[in-house]
Amino acid sequence: MSDWNLSVTRRGLLTSSAAVLSIAPAIRARAASQSSAGATTLPVTFEVNGQERMLRLDPRTTLLDALREHLKLTGTKKGCDHGQCGACTVIVNGERINSCLSLAVQHAGDQVTTIEGLGTPDDLHPLQEAFIEHDGYQCGYCTPGQICSAVAMLGEIERGIPSHVTGDLSKAVSATNMEVRERMSGNICRCGAYSNIAAAIADVAEG
Amino acid sequence: MKYEAPVGKTIFDDAKIVGKSTRRIDGPLKTSGMAPYAYERHDVASGQVYGYIVGSAIAKGRIASMDLEEARSAPGVLAVIAATETDPLGSSNFNTAPLFGGPEITHYHQAIACVVAETFEQARAAAALIRTTYDRDEGEYSLSRTVEQAASDTSKIVSENVVRNGDFESAFAAAAVQIDQTYTTPDESHAMMEPFATIAAWEGDKLTLWTSNQMIAWGRAAMASILRMPKENIRLDSPYLGGGFGGKLWVRVDAVLAALAAKAAGRPVKIMMQRALTYNNATHRHATIQRVRIGADKNGKIAAIAHECWSGNLTGGMDENGAAQTRALYAGPDNLTASYLTELDLPEANAMRAPGEAPGHLAIEVAMDELAEQLGMDPIELRILNEPETLPSNPSIKFSDRHLVECLRVGAESFGWANRKSRPGTVREGRWMVGMGVAAGYRGALIMKSGARVSIDARGKISVETDMTDIGTGSYTIIAQTAAECMGVALEDVSVDLGDSRSPVSAGSGGQWGAASSTAGVYAACVELRRMVTEKFGYDPETASFADGMVRDANVVRALSEAGPLSAEDTMTYGDFQKEYDMGTYASHFAEVAVDAYTGEVRIRRMLAVCDAGRILNPLTARSQVIGAMVMAAGAALTEELAVDKRFGFFVNHDMAGYEVPVHADIGQQSVIFLDTLDGVIAPLKAKGVGELGICGPGAAIANAIYNATGVRVRDYPITVDKLIAEMPDVA
Amino acid sequence: MRSFTYERATSPQQAAAIVAERKGAKFLAGGTNLLDLMKLEIETPTHLVDVQDLDLDMIEETAEGGLRIGALVSNTALSADPRVMRDYAVLSRAVQAGASGQLRNKATTGGNLLQRTRCPYFYDTNMPCNKRSPGSGCAASAGYSRQLGVVGISEDCIATYPGDMAVALAVLDAVVETIRPDGTSRSIPLGDFHLLWGDTPDKETVLEHGELITGVVLPKPPGGQHYYHKVRDRASYAFALVSVAAVLQPDGTGRVAFGGVAPRPWRKDEADAALTQGAKAVVEQAFAGSATRDDNKYKIALAERTLAGILAEARS
Repeated sequence: MSDWNLSVTRRGLLTSSAAVLSIAPAIRARAASQSSAGATTLPVTFEVNGQERMLRLDPRTTLLDALREHLKLTGTKKGCDHGQCGACTVIVNGERINSCLSLAVQHAGDQVTTIEGLGTPDDLHPLQEAFIEHDGYQCGYCTPGQICSAVAMLGEIERGIPSHVTGDLSKAVSATNMEVRERMSGNICRCGAYSNIAAAIADVAEG
Repeated sequence: MKYEAPVGKTIFDDAKIVGKSTRRIDGPLKTSGMAPYAYERHDVASGQVYGYIVGSAIAKGRIASMDLEEARSAPGVLAVIAATETDPLGSSNFNTAPLFGGPEITHYHQAIACVVAETFEQARAAAALIRTTYDRDEGEYSLSRTVEQAASDTSKIVSENVVRNGDFESAFAAAAVQIDQTYTTPDESHAMMEPFATIAAWEGDKLTLWTSNQMIAWGRAAMASILRMPKENIRLDSPYLGGGFGGKLWVRVDAVLAALAAKAAGRPVKIMMQRALTYNNATHRHATIQRVRIGADKNGKIAAIAHECWSGNLTGGMDENGAAQTRALYAGPDNLTASYLTELDLPEANAMRAPGEAPGHLAIEVAMDELAEQLGMDPIELRILNEPETLPSNPSIKFSDRHLVECLRVGAESFGWANRKSRPGTVREGRWMVGMGVAAGYRGALIMKSGARVSIDARGKISVETDMTDIGTGSYTIIAQTAAECMGVALEDVSVDLGDSRSPVSAGSGGQWGAASSTAGVYAACVELRRMVTEKFGYDPETASFADGMVRDANVVRALSEAGPLSAEDTMTYGDFQKEYDMGTYASHFAEVAVDAYTGEVRIRRMLAVCDAGRILNPLTARSQVIGAMVMAAGAALTEELAVDKRFGFFVNHDMAGYEVPVHADIGQQSVIFLDTLDGVIAPLKAKGVGELGICGPGAAIANAIYNATGVRVRDYPITVDKLIAEMPDVA
Repeated sequence: MRSFTYERATSPQQAAAIVAERKGAKFLAGGTNLLDLMKLEIETPTHLVDVQDLDLDMIEETAEGGLRIGALVSNTALSADPRVMRDYAVLSRAVQAGASGQLRNKATTGGNLLQRTRCPYFYDTNMPCNKRSPGSGCAASAGYSRQLGVVGISEDCIATYPGDMAVALAVLDAVVETIRPDGTSRSIPLGDFHLLWGDTPDKETVLEHGELITGVVLPKPPGGQHYYHKVRDRASYAFALVSVAAVLQPDGTGRVAFGGVAPRPWRKDEADAALTQGAKAVVEQAFAGSATRDDNKYKIALAERTLAGILAEARS
């Protein structure tokens, strides 16, 4: 093996990280501005749980952090911040995505549904009810992501989207236990509530 | 209240609420995203700003220089805390690796700086501007090497825990049938879903930490010691945790840096440790090398049994005692159980769910399978034949309550064990080779003193306050059940406040002692509250009964609400009588797997656990504890391994894509059976824990099932496709 | 993550032109890999050109009887397209085997081709890595390499291309279409798209700065039976240890490509030609000149066994 220099440095020469914002025509129309801290922000408008929300954000802000830190919708969780756990799953324009791997500015004009938009403690979504009934959680941290994922996942089955375990691509797919487990695999639950989550989803899928 | 002797009949023996499957009372909050976790407390401490941690780029040595200027002048930055500008902080009894301060580096990703900025994005970007150079020392990062060295140089063993009975060596040498095998288990990560997170705020010299911690009183004491301030000035609040599994038994550097940073910035500071740092910065389960020797007669009666376990840790660290369960599992008059610790420069190893026993079962319970095969005996019958009368490692100790044989028999019946083909590699379904495996499980039932305050308000509503935590275990619900049962009210009339250091000190969550211990503390406080109620009403405390929100004595009845407001606090402690007993929990674990004859891919089809753990306080949530532990055991058996880079001295696969915990698709059908048992020795509710019992054995059952399916015995965990196909028959 | 400026492109050529004129500019599509790497400052673009509004999200039939898949077609939409499921099942299967439902909804066809390696030393910015920091060395070469490459690699880099979709595209003889800043377009056979590492592992594809992938063209359907078998440590949501894409004809001939073993989807004409002789012969051809390490040499045996399973299934 080569003996590279082991006096590791964090970084070599750096250029300034505070680049000047040059704004494209489409965005310029919405007037970006400087915040008090000197960072440049962009206005972003999207619909969250049925309400139009306008934010001024550092372009680096992920959809996840926009929800959690700016809109204080903390039901959506940060587990890994790298698309490797699924805790941040939200539904955008009807499709589930990892909100940690999406910039908020990518979602201008989008419709975002978070766990708070599915139901509240006094008015739970059927899947939230089913999770309680089947004890489909333990610590609860992955739970909002699991529920958002499951809601959208059932929609994917309804739309005939196949999965890795779908046997025959020419036939209709249904929410079998195997299909549900495969399709929910992007939502990790370290407490290991998988069997109960599958039972909760089956309850709702069967109506 | 002191528990001085095994209790007879109690109110719990005719319980209406305790012992019944009960939905979590915190369920609506958790499923709707309203349960507040540490990093999410927008409701406290206004003006919060963001901290971002920088980890060391070397495993051992010292910081030569840190250039902080660029970070300090970056947009939005309020403060930079650097190790080189901070004296080494005090330590606590709970950890070995220093958390922060000074230039010395003892492990990879040790925190060396924290940047505080107005926004998360600014803090993260500025953290990357810190330039650090190091003087790197050579370190020892190979357990196999230290263990090899220890064989000839006993000074390499820095601590040992050895129990001997009789003369193992002679008995083993004389045995007709012998097993002598070595098993290895890798370093593992807790990998709880919520990373370490804290919001810290100062008010004068008073510090509040909204954090994610399993053991509030330990954490408070540790923070006092680390920051060298009186613990009376520190408050921890941890009502919800996104998992812990032992990783959050201690305060970690997120709490320490948040406190320092909040002081420096003059603002409340919130920090969530980035996922990539958690594997090397915090603690992990030790890798082990385990040698098991069993000598038996031709009928399977064990004469000699030895289980020795080697692990490694930083100087002053603890061991991973993989031999622990072998002290209790099987009869064998001549026995040796030992745990030896060597020194490594990897990150600190410490408790993870069922420390010692979880990896220990991966050795002893496979060795038993190997012995059964060599004897031509059913592995269940072998275990039953060797059921001990008293504790094998100390025969004067009785078992408090033990039904392991029943676990095995009930499990065999339920799982369809009779259909198992004892000859491996004989069941084939298309490309799948199918097999079944079994393992026994033992996990010590610890009990800890625990306190609570229980109050009645003027409406007759009951509230419970204790610094107990709910890490997903269901503490909220079993505590509410216990208080409702004791005070004779409906579950809905009880509220539970957990995780606040202002509340009475509890047992906390660890070592599967939480359920039994914390409910005993609530019981103690309820007994005192009942006494106060009867005193207030002028009732005879011996004959008064509490039911349906009413208190009755002879012919008089009054509403409980009339006694309010009233509050009682007590702590349950335990007498020495328990020392005469081995208090344990027992299980049989079964697995059926299918192994792809071509690729070696393993699919778990079915798992079953039969548990003997005393009264099951809430079967719904207890079952969840067990199935969850089975999942974690499946990970340990099949996928989980912190890969060590032995040159740089760190865990390489430090993210959730690289360290593979099981996903939905890895888990097949799971069943749990609880035996209807009561253990009056341990506590008044006669309950024991199940959360760690559930991880003691399933991995071995899976390993044994893989052997039964394929005829390939992999003794080096995890059992991955590369190891399996190396031994599987050719297919081309 | 370093600061950057952001804009949305309105046409492919405009997008290409903006990126071309700025050295630090990058295209942003789904973002699932780019943002991941930006958070670690492995990617440090100074300007992002978001291409999501471009009209590149259709799957159309070509005059030659094949399909043109727009660069912005999501993994989910690609794998669920009835024509893809019917005529190019290997592609549908490969995409389904990748990532998670959430990621497949966001990941695009073009972006997936540009997915960077998952080598853990590439991801750890404290470590030497010639791909991330040219000339710094390769920490993986004598390190933990169980997941890493065994063929087509170099002294300087043993990383793999980690994706699944492109492995299927390789057996389908797909062609990548691009537009360049000057408005011209070119067609790049998939097999030529990814570069072998050589001594410049930081260069991963033949794309020029500012060249935008507009689509992927599939030739007319190859017929036969389609297989994609991905072997990984867990049952889902994991990168391949080895994957095998195969299209097999009734006479035993066909095409085969391997994933998780090389800097690109690994396909050799000689290996295709050996298909009638069985898995062992195919793998001998495909992995000729391999350079394995103790902890990844199993990949060759695993590739052979995985292909043997496919061939057995095809025969049954």
